Order: sequence, then structure tokens, then C-alpha cells
Amino acid sequence: MTRKPLNSLPGFNFWIKSRWPQLIIRAVLLGGFIIAILAGFLGTPVGNRNISIVAVWIAWWAALILVAVPIFGRGWCAICPIPMPGEWLQNKAVLGPSVNRNSSKVSRRFPKRIRNIWLQNAAFSLLAVFSVVILTRPIVTAWVLLALILVAIGVSLFYERRVFCRYLCPVGGFIGIYSQQAPLELRVADPSICATHKEKSCYRGNEEGYGCPWDVYPGSLTANTNCGLCMECLRTCEYDNILINLRSSGDKLPAVRGGSLDSSYKAFIMLGSAIVYSAVMLGPWSGLKDAAYQIGSLTWWGYAVGLLVVIWAALPGLFYLVTRAAHKLSPSFHNPRQIFNTHASVLVPLSLTAWIAFSLSFVFANGSYLVPVLSDPFGWGWNLFGTSNAIWTPYLSQYVPVLQTIVLTGGLFWAARKSQQIAEARNAPRQSWPIIIFCTFITVSLLWLFVG
Amino acid sequence: MENIARIAAIVLVFGASIVIVAARWVNAGGKVEIHATMPEKGGWLPDNITTQVNEPLNLRLISDDVVHGFAIGQSDLEPVDIHPGKPKDITLTFDQPGSYTFYCTRWCGANHWRMRGTITVEGDTSTTVSDEATSPLYLDLSIDLDAPHDLPELNLERVPSTELGQKLGIDPPARYLSREYYLSHTPNQAWGDLRSESFSENLNDSQVWELVALVWSAATTNQLLNVGQELYNQNCAACHGAQGRGDGVFALDASDSPELDSMGNDAVQPPDFNDPRQMYGASPALLQGKIIRGGMGTGMPSWGQILSEDQSWALTNFLWTFSIQDHKE
Repeated sequence: MTRKPLNSLPGFNFWIKSRWPQLIIRAVLLGGFIIAILAGFLGTPVGNRNISIVAVWIAWWAALILVAVPIFGRGWCAICPIPMPGEWLQNKAVLGPSVNRNSSKVSRRFPKRIRNIWLQNAAFSLLAVFSVVILTRPIVTAWVLLALILVAIGVSLFYERRVFCRYLCPVGGFIGIYSQQAPLELRVADPSICATHKEKSCYRGNEEGYGCPWDVYPGSLTANTNCGLCMECLRTCEYDNILINLRSSGDKLPAVRGGSLDSSYKAFIMLGSAIVYSAVMLGPWSGLKDAAYQIGSLTWWGYAVGLLVVIWAALPGLFYLVTRAAHKLSPSFHNPRQIFNTHASVLVPLSLTAWIAFSLSFVFANGSYLVPVLSDPFGWGWNLFGTSNAIWTPYLSQYVPVLQTIVLTGGLFWAARKSQQIAEARNAPRQSWPIIIFCTFITVSLLWLFVG
Repeated sequence: MENIARIAAIVLVFGASIVIVAARWVNAGGKVEIHATMPEKGGWLPDNITTQVNEPLNLRLISDDVVHGFAIGQSDLEPVDIHPGKPKDITLTFDQPGSYTFYCTRWCGANHWRMRGTITVEGDTSTTVSDEATSPLYLDLSIDLDAPHDLPELNLERVPSTELGQKLGIDPPARYLSREYYLSHTPNQAWGDLRSESFSENLNDSQVWELVALVWSAATTNQLLNVGQELYNQNCAACHGAQGRGDGVFALDASDSPELDSMGNDAVQPPDFNDPRQMYGASPALLQGKIIRGGMGTGMPSWGQILSEDQSWALTNFLWTFSIQDHKE
């Protein structure tokens, strides 16, 4: 793997280490976040005329899944406004660091047994069953956004560091696993410097910055998953030993560093929800769409149970059978759970490209809703920039199926290559065959839904 | 530095929101907002507005779900479309006190016709709209609108044709061509009267029906029928069907049981205007009465506060085009 540190770029360290740019960007985004909440409560209930829906679920989502995650990994987490008020209260400072060089006034740690992403998996699943309504009704979006920010504040007052981001945020969980594939990473330049540095200021904080808010020790960082790119360690490192690298490939495979069941399940949840959403929103089954909308009805309960069964049981169960077949085809010394967790990592690129393809289907089609909403964010009849009467225009509609095909096919090859690498690392090359067949089946199913 | 950061953060975080909410508060001055949603979700809100005679009434019409239309009954105001999330501002000025009905002109849902509201115009009460209204003809004629008027035993070989009636070369006597006769008689009564005339002795029963068609056509003009057709398409076809067969998109499904509409109100499937047995026992006065009063318990709304008298007669005349061939050229 080749790496190119960005720190050597002129002015890079200055702007990254300064607390002001990040503060200003996050404050502006928090202002937008509050506007989205107000629009949801006070604005028109018509989704495509309300900025809460258009800005959050079209503009932000497009920027996140099509640009931020594939390129910057956890770059969004670096500027996310949701934990900001909680951090301010926790640190008793807006700019910081506070006079007290401790990373936070609150010292209570999050319970060890839930220091994993099971809660994030559960939170994402909970949102998933209501997603169709969340995506279309401004007031529901407003409640969700408000709930996120209140939970983030509450947790920050009770536990140290950014517990909400690390263990609770329903979005942070999948950004974490997808960031493993990003071409951007934060790593130490020389681990030996960290090993001999007694103060461990990157983790504990000093007068230049807070100890890692993500509860990560940068010296041992080998994957992007839990690094929020908050840049505190660049500020606190007394030896300028922290680098932001451009790299030629993703994190090392879990075949080498080991996988965990909660992360595996995150991959299943993301892949399963991408399949179900595509079926509901793009498929030819109007009954399915109605069921997803009619919250509380018997059909909705059927949809909700079906969705949860698919992402929590059916897909993992099917994949378990596939990994058993892989083990039989080419036995290795790993136990079934290890094989399951390790091979599940190939679903990360597969589900990422599934989400990108799914997002392409509505981002280009609905992107033009942003134009009138900018002039009339609340649907109150304003015309701030003279664009409120702009009509809906789908963009690039003839190219979207081509793009989706390219993305999904690329995801399949990516996943297949990862599967081969895992199998080769175990000296069991034929283990990848059933996995690749499984990934091909998923890809063909998605292509059928997207392209027809 | 921390203090500067705090001030900057407050401005950046809350500045835009405060400006937006304040602008809204300023901008809302003097406008009455009327929200439109499908009747199942509330219809017009508010549905009752009071204003003063000769004072401008500034309305902001806001659709919260689908496309609705706004119009004032018995007025020359062109209907205004209200698109979801795109508020529409209009100004109304009433020069007569009274009670005005506003209603939805777009087929917004199964209970679209329930979307009505009232604008009460207060002021000099010496002359009011309601004072100017004349007594409906069906009351003057003591017609019981709810009494059955279908003719299950009607002996009719074919639907009568105005064109065939003209070919008979018989001019019905003037009393049959008077407006009073047309309005107050049913086609079946007219057939009985014409059958008893000496000039029809050599005509068979079907030919007498052609004369009835001729009499009915003489009572209207193509211009009036066009007006009636436009009103029908806008207001009636949703339930009665574009071809008058009672199969409109919002008509109660005949298989529904009990016969309740989607809001739990009594309703029946609309009649088939093409069926002479359902039409020829009704006089124009009865049909116009049903239009303006509405059919109690059938789901048929009242149009008396919305259609002018001329409009209601034009609509009545148009209804005969379904059961009389060549009624309209």
C-alpha cells in the first residue's frame, strides 16, 4: 500500500490545527440543523417543499453516501453538528480546550459490555422500520433530528468523550465500517515515538487540545473504523507524529486483524436494508410501499417484522450457510464464527455500492427540489432568491441505470477481490467461491430492481 | 478568545433561525391563512371566516397535501389552483353582506365535495345575498325530492332521438314548447300528453318518444349545454362518471356494505343517467332541486350555495344528453 501524507502540503497543518475553521463549519451546520428541525415543525407538511426533507434526505444524504463516505471516510464525523452542543456542555467551552487540560469534566466511562456497535445496529434498525415515513414527512424528520441531538447532549453530560458518536449514532456505525475502504486515513508516522511518549497527550489531552474524543489511542490505530477525524490528536501531539494520508487501498482485512460479530451484523444490516429499501421504493410492489407507509397497521407490522427478519436473521443465516459451504469446500483451521465474521467483511464494499446505487436512483431524480426550497425553505410562500417557482426536473435520468450498473458491478468485483484475498491469506483459495456466488446473486438481484 | 468563540457560535447557530422566524412573523401581518387538506384530514382550516363588506380580505391559500382548487360559489371569481407547498395569495372584496361558500374545485380525494367553507360578510344588512335568492321551483311545485321517481315498467324499445323526432315533420303545439311545461313535467308525463293528442294517432309509441326528445331539445341550446357540460365535468363526473353511468372514480363501490362512504356517512351508488327508467320519471324541476338541495342520505352534496340558478338549469339540461340521443348537436 502506498501512502502520501497531506501534512506536507503548504498550510495544511496550520488550518487543521486551528480550532476556528472546524468551529465555524460545525456552527453553521448546527444552525442548518436547527433550521431543519424548525422547518419540520413549523413549515409545510409537504415533503418536497420543506427544507427539512430536501436538505437532509436528498442533499445531505447525497453528499454523505456519494462523496463524503467513499472519499473522506469519517470526514463527515469531523464536522457533524449533532454532538456539538453536548461537547460544549461537557467541555464547558466552545472553542476549547478548557483551562483544565483534562479531556473532559465528565469522567464516567461507557459500560464496557456495550462498548461495541450493537446499540448502533439497533438504532439503525429502529429508524429503518420507520424510514419511509421519516423520509417523507417533515415533522417526523424533525422529531428524529431533535431526538438525536437531545440524546447526544444527554449522553455527553453523563459519559466522557463522544460516546454518542462512537456507540449510539445510527449513522456513525455504517460510516465507520465504510470508512475502512476510504482513501483517507489518520495514522501515526512513527509508532516508536508513541511507544516512548509517556504523557500520551493524544489520548489524555493537553493545553493544545482534548484527549481523543473517540476514545482511541492513535498510536495503535490500524483501521479507520473508530477514528472520527476530529483532528484533536494533531493538535495535541508534541512531536507532529500524526499524519493524514492519502492511501492506495483500504484498511487491512479482518482476516489479518480479526473481525467482530457486531461489525459483521452492521454489514448485514446495511446490505439487507439497501435491498429492502430498493424493493419498497423502486420495486413494482405497491402493496409493499403502502405497508411501509401505514405505520401501526397490520400490514406495517408485517413489513416491519419482515424487514427485521431479513436484516437480522435471513441474510446472516443465508450467509452463514454460504460460509459453511466455503469451509467444506476448502477447510481451514478457523472456527465457523471466525469464518463468518471474516468473510462478512466482503459485504462492506458490496453494501456500500448497493447504497450508492440506491441513492443514485433518487438523488438525481429529486435533486431539483433543492432549487425552489432554497428560496422558500419552510414552504411559506417566500421567494428569497427568485427560484421558488422552479419546476421539478430529473437530472441525468438516462445515465442513472448505466451508473448504477457500473457501481454495482464494481462493488461485486471489489467484494470478490476481497474474498479472494481473505481466502488466500488462509491458504484456502476455494473458500472464496461460494462467497463470490452469494455476492453475484445479491448484485444481480439489485440490478434487476434498479435497471429492470 | 473563548468569549469571541461563544458569541460567534451563538450568531452562527441561532442567527438564521431567528431571522427566519422573525421574518415570518412580520410577513404574516394582515393575511388570513387557509390550509387545505383532503377532507379525511380536515378539509379547509379554518372553514369559517368573517370579514366586512367592501373591505379587502387578504387570503393566503396553502395546500398541505395534494392539489386543491379554491372558488367562491355563485361568483365570477376564477377558480385558483393551490399546489402543495406553494402558497397562493389572493385578495377578495365583497360588496354585499351575506354568507358565501368557498369550495374545492379539484378532485382531491374521495370526499372532495365535502371541502367547503363559509365566508361571512358583515356590514349593511339591508340587502343580503340570501335575501335576493328566489324560492326553488321544486318547492313551488311541491315536488317531493325523496319520493321514488324511477319507472321500472317503462315500455321503451330504444333511446329516443331528437334527430328522428325532427324527421317526423310534426311541430308540437306551443304549450309543449313553453319553458313552464318543460320544467314541470317528466318525459313520461310528456309522452302521455303527446300520446293523447290527435296529431299522434298515426304514430307508434316509439315515435311519440321521439316527439318527447324534440320537446326536450327545444328547451335548451347548445351554448347552455356546453356550460352544463363544463359544470358537470368539474363538479359531478367524479362520482357520476364522465359518461353519466354512476361509475365515477369517487363513486361508492356497489360492493361496499354497509353503504357508507370512506368517512362513514350514508351513501348510495349514483344512478345511471343513461337509463331512461331512472330518468324519465323525473322533471327538470326535480333534477334541479336535487342538485341545489342535495340528496339527503345518498352522499349527493348540496350545490345550491355554489351554483347560480342559471348554472343549475344549464347543468340540469345537460343531464338529459345521456338519455336522449342527439340532444346536443
